[in-house]
Amino acid sequence: MGLKASRTISNTLIHILLIVISVVWLIPFVCILLQSFRVESTGPVGYVVPQQWGVDNYTKLFQTDFPRWYTNTFIAALVTAVLQTVIVLCMSYTLSRFRFKMREPLMRFMLILGMFPGMLSMIILYRVLKDLGLTQANAVPGLILVYVASSGMGYYVSKGFFDTIPTSLDEAARVDGATRAQILYKIILPLSKPIVIYTVLTAFMGPWGDYVFARYISFGTSAGKNVAVGLYDWLNKDQIASSYTMFCAGGVLVAVPVTVLFMFLQKYYVEGVTGGAVKG
Amino acid sequence: MKQYSDLEYLKLSKGNKFLYRLGRFFTGIPVAIGRLFLKLWELLKKIGLSIGRECADIVNTFIHGDWKTKTSFFIMGFGNLARGQILRGILFLLFEIVFIGYMILSGGYWLRMLPSLGITGPSEEYNEVLDTYVTKYNDNSFQILLYGVLTIFFIVAFIYTWRVNVKQNKLAEQILKSGKKLKSGKDDLRSVVDDQFHKTLLALPLTGILVFTALPIVFMILVAFTNYDGTHNGYTNSLFTWVGLDNFNTMLSWTGGAGGTQSYAATFGEVLLWTLIWAFFATFTNYFLGMFVAMAINKKGIRFKKGWRTILVLTIAIPQFISLLYVSKMFAKNGIINGTLMSLGWIDKALPFWEDATWARITVILINIWIGIPYLMLITTGILMNIPADLYESARIDGASGWQQYRKITLPYMLFVTGPYLLTSFTGNMNNFNVIYLLTGGAPTNPAASSAAGTVGYTDLLITWLFKITTGAESQYYMASVIGILVFVVVALISLIVYNLLPSIKNEEDFR
Repeated sequence: MGLKASRTISNTLIHILLIVISVVWLIPFVCILLQSFRVESTGPVGYVVPQQWGVDNYTKLFQTDFPRWYTNTFIAALVTAVLQTVIVLCMSYTLSRFRFKMREPLMRFMLILGMFPGMLSMIILYRVLKDLGLTQANAVPGLILVYVASSGMGYYVSKGFFDTIPTSLDEAARVDGATRAQILYKIILPLSKPIVIYTVLTAFMGPWGDYVFARYISFGTSAGKNVAVGLYDWLNKDQIASSYTMFCAGGVLVAVPVTVLFMFLQKYYVEGVTGGAVKG
Repeated sequence: MKQYSDLEYLKLSKGNKFLYRLGRFFTGIPVAIGRLFLKLWELLKKIGLSIGRECADIVNTFIHGDWKTKTSFFIMGFGNLARGQILRGILFLLFEIVFIGYMILSGGYWLRMLPSLGITGPSEEYNEVLDTYVTKYNDNSFQILLYGVLTIFFIVAFIYTWRVNVKQNKLAEQILKSGKKLKSGKDDLRSVVDDQFHKTLLALPLTGILVFTALPIVFMILVAFTNYDGTHNGYTNSLFTWVGLDNFNTMLSWTGGAGGTQSYAATFGEVLLWTLIWAFFATFTNYFLGMFVAMAINKKGIRFKKGWRTILVLTIAIPQFISLLYVSKMFAKNGIINGTLMSLGWIDKALPFWEDATWARITVILINIWIGIPYLMLITTGILMNIPADLYESARIDGASGWQQYRKITLPYMLFVTGPYLLTSFTGNMNNFNVIYLLTGGAPTNPAASSAAGTVGYTDLLITWLFKITTGAESQYYMASVIGILVFVVVALISLIVYNLLPSIKNEEDFR
């Protein structure tokens, strides 16, 4: 009886704790949502619930460059999702399935490359992309190029997944005379739906949150900004008093589609993270 | 330090066991570094030997080869063409033509200019048509450095291809001598999707990595030895040039700046120390609290397990820049937190979350917990479920308390499985640009560090300092490069030491 009682108490405590945690984790998002409907003032204030409600902030958004930033980010995210998935899968499948002489040195090489701060390379990439005319107003293709080109380095999670598919499948197909390419398309890929979706999802979400590269490549030109850079600038000293609530509204518009997509594909994300992240 | 045998070790008291392990850890560091140099030396020896072997093989091939092979030494692919391997022959020949053409047309110029990085900078010249002085741009240091490096890459690729070409001739000769048939172009095409499929798959990703990651890194390492900055951009204002180790000397010098400001080395030391402290706390607070939340949700008798998890996971979906920027404003002087606390009457003056160095440092660590726990909760949930249940069962029968079960089963198991993850997460946090930059931007500013490039704040990590330098008014790219190289050195050292120590630590763990 005593054991049972103590378990009930500890479980009640944990339930209370979990409620507190959930509240703490959700509060900022509730606040941002509420403040996006605040009409009486536009700067940051010390209270949460608006005194006057309205959608002014959302309508004002569309008189700024926000729709342009939004399309920029959306296009970059969409194209990156497709191309990056192809590249990451090529890389991880090869490193998981093939045993060739350069395999180990290659993995070590990429590990060492990864130890350099990636931001350093932005200085030169900016100059090169500028020469190619892919910066400022044309930032989107430049951004996609930067996101996709070195994405092969992030092969760890999906390699971990491919490692779990038994090689006996490959061998059986080899005996039946399939080429290695056929094995990939006809046997491995159909089995890899979870990791493909995980890769697409993470690749799609990446560009929405990128600040550094987008800031470099757009270089202050409004038409080339993505949402992160554009909204960040609304919070600097000169603009925060007039744009704070608009930032909230913009934040809501950015967060909603990504979150909805995430909710639908949550299962795959969890699988990818729990399965692959640790092995990396 | 004396090494105990297993039996002696087990006889030690708890405190002594800990001291012993700590001592072993620190005495292990020089050994690990020594081992590293030994490995490097062996690697160099191996490379030297294999180059020697290759050279000998090349000479042998030339002496013993037939006339087709000998001609191939000068006209690549000739042997392939003469022996009927048309496809390979054409590819080799094409590569040689492109290479020679490139070297004559532009490669030679870049190589020649590389040691000086350009001779004539932009000049004012009289233009008769416009009747005024116009700027004429001449050499471009940036392009010279970039294409110079690219040309060296290309030469290495050419030498490698040439070697492959020689090797293939030797092989083809041997195959023909033994009376077998050579592979036809059709076979080659088939091998692209079969035997050599890995090369096909890797071609695109590796090209991307080489051009967009490796080449820029080589370039930026070289920039650390130049004076490339906003006022020497190499083209429109003035050329930049090699300065040797000057920038490293500046970074590591202990002489203070004007007005009693501290030296570069002191600033660097401070930022590095805070970077390490930050990485330590950011990694381990998240790790243990995330594990705790995961265990709480997993506990028997807890309802809505899925619901709690979903709430936390959803916060991952919202792009970090929104949540971080918003939370940073919540904690501002006139933000919601201070406003609420004041209207509740708990405080009468705004708390200096971002204005005071210590407050700011603690606040970023706390907010990072808020950011990191959902992710860590996900990772640890999976591993916790993998711990065999009978371990706990027998522990419970032996009368182990919940804390003992955690100490003796859960924690060792978790550390064992997530060891490598902890390391990558530590180095990842050292370079965690987003959290610091979006929350504080490095503020509050450190006035004593004003002699250093960029503005240095108390919450600045090395990586945010680097970013500020490159985007600041002076844009001292060379200083950014020096910092980047030092970041690499620190990260690489930590990784190497930990990797070398990991197995020995594991053996000494009481986990079996």
